[in-house]
Amino acid sequence: MSTTAVHNTKWWSGGKSPFNLEYGKVMMWYFLMSDAFTFGAFLIAYGTSRFATNGWPDPNHVFSSYPFKAEGSAAAPLVFVSFMTFVLIVSSVTMVLAVQAGHHQDKKGVVRNLILTIIGGAIFLGCQAWEWTHLHAEGAWWGLNPFTNADGTHATTNFTNFFFTITGFHGFHVFSGVIINIVMLIMTLNNTFEKKGHYLMIEKAGLYWHFVDLVWVFVFTLFYLV
Amino acid sequence: MITEAVLHNHDVRGHDVHSEDHHEHHHHETFISKYVFSMDHKMIAKQFLITGMVWAIVGGLMSVLFRLQLGYPNESFPWLEDLLGKWWAEKGHITPQAYYALVTTHGTVLVFFVLTAGLSGTFANFLIPLQIGARDMASPFMNMLSYWFFFLAGVVMMCSIFVENGPFSGGWTAYPPLSALGDASPGSKTGMDLWLTSMSLFIISSLLGGLNYIATVLNMRTKGMSMTRLPLTIWALFFTAVLGVLSFPVLLSGCVLLIFDRNFGTSFYLSDLFVNGVGALPNEGGSAILFQHLFWFLGHPEVYIILLPAMGMVSEILSVNSRKPIFGYMAMVGSLFAIAILAFLVWAHHMFVTGLNPFLGSVFVLLTLLIAVPSAIKVFNWLTTLWKGSIRFTPAMMFAIGFVSLFISGGLTGIWLGNSALDIHLHDTYFVVAHFHIVMGVASMFGMFAGIYHWFPKMYGKYLNNTLGYIHFWATIVGAYLIFWPMHYQGLAGMPRRYYDFSNWESFKDSASINAFLSTIAMIVFMVQLLFLFNFFYSIFKGRKVTTKNPWESNTLEWTTPINPGHGNWPGEIPEVHRWAYDYGKDGKEFIPQDVPLGHDESQH
Repeated sequence: MSTTAVHNTKWWSGGKSPFNLEYGKVMMWYFLMSDAFTFGAFLIAYGTSRFATNGWPDPNHVFSSYPFKAEGSAAAPLVFVSFMTFVLIVSSVTMVLAVQAGHHQDKKGVVRNLILTIIGGAIFLGCQAWEWTHLHAEGAWWGLNPFTNADGTHATTNFTNFFFTITGFHGFHVFSGVIINIVMLIMTLNNTFEKKGHYLMIEKAGLYWHFVDLVWVFVFTLFYLV
Repeated sequence: MITEAVLHNHDVRGHDVHSEDHHEHHHHETFISKYVFSMDHKMIAKQFLITGMVWAIVGGLMSVLFRLQLGYPNESFPWLEDLLGKWWAEKGHITPQAYYALVTTHGTVLVFFVLTAGLSGTFANFLIPLQIGARDMASPFMNMLSYWFFFLAGVVMMCSIFVENGPFSGGWTAYPPLSALGDASPGSKTGMDLWLTSMSLFIISSLLGGLNYIATVLNMRTKGMSMTRLPLTIWALFFTAVLGVLSFPVLLSGCVLLIFDRNFGTSFYLSDLFVNGVGALPNEGGSAILFQHLFWFLGHPEVYIILLPAMGMVSEILSVNSRKPIFGYMAMVGSLFAIAILAFLVWAHHMFVTGLNPFLGSVFVLLTLLIAVPSAIKVFNWLTTLWKGSIRFTPAMMFAIGFVSLFISGGLTGIWLGNSALDIHLHDTYFVVAHFHIVMGVASMFGMFAGIYHWFPKMYGKYLNNTLGYIHFWATIVGAYLIFWPMHYQGLAGMPRRYYDFSNWESFKDSASINAFLSTIAMIVFMVQLLFLFNFFYSIFKGRKVTTKNPWESNTLEWTTPINPGHGNWPGEIPEVHRWAYDYGKDGKEFIPQDVPLGHDESQH
C-alpha cells in the first residue's frame, strides 16, 4: 500500500514524464483533443442546422450509386460507402500491426504494414474522389442541391454544403495521414528509427491515423445512416 | 517497450547534460540563429514581447484616433487628412468607414496579438522552462514556428490596413451577415478575407505554442518539482495553454464555414437576406446565430486565456514582494482549475438577447455567476497575502496591486452583466465596454506590466528605471479609472457602443463633455505608455546593471541561473527542487529558494 503511494508520487515529482510518455506523444494526444473539438464543432453545427430545418434529403436515395453501375440496374443504397468504411477500418488494423512490429524492432513488418495502410488510405481517398465526382455530375456542389427532401418538398442547400465541407475536411485529414505514413515509410526504409533504437514515431503517426478513422465513424453515422 | 533511456534521449534537453555541451553549442551561433530564427525560449519570449509591443502601439493609436472622433465629433483636424489620407480622415474628420475599421482592428489586435500572443506568448515562453527547471521547451523548433506563424498573422493583419477598401470593419467578433457578405460594407471585402487569413495563421501559432507549453510543464520538470511545488505562474500558464488548445479549434471551424459562405456560395450563416443595391439574396436555411455560438465558444475561454497568465504572475509577484507565502496555494490552483472548466460553460451569456431560449439563458446565468466563487477566492487570497506583509512597493508590486484593484472593480460589474434580465438593458452599451476593458483589458495589461517590471532583470540583466515606473503606474491606473468609470454611467443611461457620432442623438447630446474628457484622458494615458516604451528600450542598453543573481530575493528557479543565462539556462546541472516556491519568512529566514534542501529541524509548511 505504502509502496504504491511512493511510486505514484515519484511519477509526478519531476525529473521524468508522469505518464511514461515522451513529450511528442503528449503533444499528439493534446493535438488530437484539439482536432476533436474542430470536428465536434463542425458536426454540432451540422446537427443544429439539420434540426432547425423541416426536411432533409434521404441518404439511401442520394448515396445509392457505385462505379461501373449498369444503366437501369437496381439502386444499392450505402453499399459503396460501406466498402469505403470497411477499407478505412482495415487500414487501422494494418496500422496497429505496423506499430506492433515497431515495438518488436521488426523493420520488415513495419514496412509491410505501413505500405498496406497507405494503400488503404489511398483507396479510401480514391473512393471519396469518385463519390464527389459522381455527386457533382448529378448537380450537387457547395451552394447547389439537386436533391429534394425525403418527403418530396424543396430542400435547402445545407445538405450539400455540410456534406462537402465536413467530408472534405475529413478527406484532407486522411490525405495528411497518408502523407505522414509515406514519410514514416521513407524514414523506416532509411533506417532512421533503427538508428534511434525505437519506432515511437510510428506510434504517433498511428495515433493520428486511428483518430482520423474514428472521426469517419461519426461522419459516416451522421451523414449516411441517420 | 519504452525505457527510461529512450525517454531521456533528447540531446540538449535531457536532464543530465553537462556544461561542455552548451559551450560547444554557442560556437556556431550566428546573428540569424540567435536573434531571428532563434530556438532559445528566452529569445522567442522577447520576440513575442516586442512584437506585442508594436501591436500595442498600433492598437492603442487606433483607439486614440477613434476617441478623437467620439470626443470631438464636430471639430476638424486637417492634419489628420494629410497624415492618413482621404479614406481615413476626409476633411479632417475620421470617416464612418474608418471609424468602424479602427474599432474592429483595435479590438482584434489588442485581444489576440497583444493580450494573447504578447502576454502568454511572452511569459509562457520565458517562465515555463526557467521556473520548472528545464533547458528549453519540449520542442524548440515548434516554439520557433509558433512565433513565426504569429509574425505572419501580424503581417497579413497589417496588410489589411492598407488595402483599398480598408480593413475589416464589422467588429472584432466578426458576426455574419456583415462578415459574410462582401457587399455589406467596404471592410467586408478584401479586408475580411485578410482578417480571416490572419486569424487562421494566429490559430496555428497558438496551437503550436500551446501544445509545447503543456508538454513542457507535464514532462520537463526538474527532479523534485512536483506539480504542487510549481509556482502559480506555471499553473496559470498551463491552464491557459489547455484553454487555448481546446477552444481555438472551434473558432477555426467557425472561420472555415465563414470562408465557404463568403467564397463558395454556401448558406451556413445566411438566410433570407436583402442587401441594398443588390436585392434579395438566394441564401436560405442558414443561421447567423450559429456563428455566434462557435465564436463565443472560443471567445469566452479567450477572456481567461488573457486573464489567467496575469493572475499567475500577480500571485507570484504579490508573494515575493510581501515577503510572505501566497495565501491558500491549493485554493489558488483549485480556483484556476474551476475557472478553466467554467470558461467553457458560459459562452451564451454573450448571446442573451439573440433570441436565446430564456430557460437556457437562466442556466447560463447560473453558470456565469458561479465564476464569482473562484474569482472571489483568488481576490481574498491576494488580499490575505498582502495582509501584514512587509511590502516592498517595487513598480512590479504596484502593478500587481493595481491588477487586484481593477479585477475587483471589473469583476463586480460582471455580476451585473451575467444576469440575463439586466442584460436586456445593458447589452451593447458603454457599460459592457467599461466592464470588459477594466476586467480583461486594463487588468491583464497591468499583469503584463507587472511581469515585465519583475522579470526585466532576468530578461536583459538590467533594471528598468523605477521613477519612470512609478509615473507609468500612477498615470495608468488613475487614467484607466478616469476613462472607464464614467463609461459605466453612460452605459446605464443607455448609450450604445459602436456609434459613430453621439452629437446626432437628442438623448446623448448631454454626453458631449464627458466624451471629450474621456478622449483627452485616453490620449494622455497613451502618451504615458510611450514613456514606458522609452524606459524599456533605454534600459535594455543603458539601464542599471543587475549585479546579483537574485535581485528580488525570490525563491523560484529562474533566479538560480546566471545573470545572463545562455541557451540551456544553467551552466552546470539543473538544480534539484526540495520545497514549494513560497517559503518566505519561514523559521526566521526571510526566504528559502526552492533548490535549498530541507534542514533537519525544519518545520513542514
